[in-house]
Amino acid sequence: MATTAGIVFPTAPRQSFGRAALPYLLSLPALLVCIGILVPFGTAVWYSLQRYNMNLPMMRGFVWFEQYTQLFQSSAFWNTVWVSLLYAVFTVGAELLLGLGIALLLRRSTWLNNMLSIALLLPLMVAPAIASLMWKLMTHPDFGIFSYLLSLVGIHDFRWASAPSSALFTVILVDVWVYTPFIMILLLAGLRSLPRQPFEAAELDGVPASFVFFRITLPMLMPYIITAALFRMLDSIQQFDIVYAMTQGGPGNSTLLFQVQAYLDFFKNFNVGRSAAMLMVLWLIANLISTQFIKHWLRLRERARGGAA
Amino acid sequence: MGRSSLGGAVLRGMLLTLVVLFFLFPILWVVLMSFQTNETILRIPPSLLFEPTLSNYTALISGKLVTNAGTLELAFMNNLKNSVVLSTVSVALALLLGVPAAYAFARFRFRLGENIAFTLLSFRFAPPLLVLLPLSLYFRQLGLTDTWVGLIWVYQLIALPLILWIVRGYFEDISPDIEHAYRIDGHGWWRTFTRIALPLARPGIAAAGLLAFIFCWNNFVFALILASADKQPVTVGALAFVTASGIQYGQIAAAVMLSILPTLLLALYAQRYLVEGLSLGAVKG
Repeated sequence: MATTAGIVFPTAPRQSFGRAALPYLLSLPALLVCIGILVPFGTAVWYSLQRYNMNLPMMRGFVWFEQYTQLFQSSAFWNTVWVSLLYAVFTVGAELLLGLGIALLLRRSTWLNNMLSIALLLPLMVAPAIASLMWKLMTHPDFGIFSYLLSLVGIHDFRWASAPSSALFTVILVDVWVYTPFIMILLLAGLRSLPRQPFEAAELDGVPASFVFFRITLPMLMPYIITAALFRMLDSIQQFDIVYAMTQGGPGNSTLLFQVQAYLDFFKNFNVGRSAAMLMVLWLIANLISTQFIKHWLRLRERARGGAA
Repeated sequence: MGRSSLGGAVLRGMLLTLVVLFFLFPILWVVLMSFQTNETILRIPPSLLFEPTLSNYTALISGKLVTNAGTLELAFMNNLKNSVVLSTVSVALALLLGVPAAYAFARFRFRLGENIAFTLLSFRFAPPLLVLLPLSLYFRQLGLTDTWVGLIWVYQLIALPLILWIVRGYFEDISPDIEHAYRIDGHGWWRTFTRIALPLARPGIAAAGLLAFIFCWNNFVFALILASADKQPVTVGALAFVTASGIQYGQIAAAVMLSILPTLLLALYAQRYLVEGLSLGAVKG
């Protein structure tokens, strides 16, 4: 990292003030627009250290970390942690497996495969909240096509998002429908950028396909898989739209993810303090994942650059 | 993978058919629903045979829903207009702010440069509600709740980091030699930027702009928390519409179609940029 303000090009014998200030002038407007966001972030930290319920303004006061200690003692919080964890693990797991499978099927760059990969991107273009609406229409108990198809195979009482036992499965299904194409397109790009020689050599030697997959394809693809998985994990643990539009966290507490719980705490219970503390915990988790993601992503970029040269 | 037997090809075809069915059937089915009346939607068993009707779309577009109970006013077209305004203006502003910044990060090594770039990127990864909830209180105090300015400002959080990082990657991939030569010819940096760098990075800017537009269009939670009823985009409007229209399933399907059609068409029209943008420049080469 450069410690002095300097310009890589062109060759400037002496740096005038204008030249040195130029990069700041170019990036300052973007920064200023975003910096306003740091104020509400600070406010959120401040709220999380308070007993603050909008219904009980008289009780408001600074309590240090009491919100957090109360949070860690409440079973509702651990339910949220558990549900969020299940959601993140199952969505990312299913999307990785499916995305990798589809990418392998479409690996060869033929006209049909390229058409299909574009067509399969369409669910990713649907707003997640709207995707929930679509699946609500299709899993409706009276006329939903999926409810009907299940009844054909003898399952009559599967209630999708309206039963506590299947609600989490249903929202995970919508997430998989929307986001698998994202993993698919990343891994497809990764697969197609792999060097050909190891595969040609393996074919010449008559190496079995399973060996090629587990010993050549998978290890070489691993950086792409890890990057995609971390990126999706980051979004998944923070999912709001799909769950809010489908179940609003219910029935009961079966789909109360972090952000859904925080939303309800704020707008239904008016408990600003607890809501902020909940989001701070989520922010810490997201921060851990995003640091890892950026590390992997930058490494991948370097590799892609080096490989191209 | 070069050894393709007949059995393998058949298996591959079957798997691909299943995949296509799972991912495209829901869209197809909602399209079909949107051309049906409630009576044909509610038939059991469901059938593909029905007389298509445009009544759902005309009800939405005219803004009047005629039911047995009387006429109901629909604000859905207003939601659609709001989505267009919000997404277009937000992306235009983000390009205006983000492209010069991306150029600065790509071409200059300057103190704090990398820190600023990562700070901007980190906005993309924080839980949106963390800032949205306090912001909703501030917006009320500042009187921003009912304005475009407030919403478009906050939408920069969606569009700006995305544009910044994708376009930066593009600028970095372009060799600075051409710009260097142009400058030795005696042109200033501004001319170099607008005449050389910008045209060369156009595919990257298009990809980033397209992706940012789609993310803005599809955003739900920002407007849910900050927008007043008459500024709400389709994502929030469609959800409110479900509650308002009750059991008018055909109209719900039509509303879903009108909400997703712009991004679907855009994606199909600009597929090359879309794929480029989605891989975030990470796997180019």
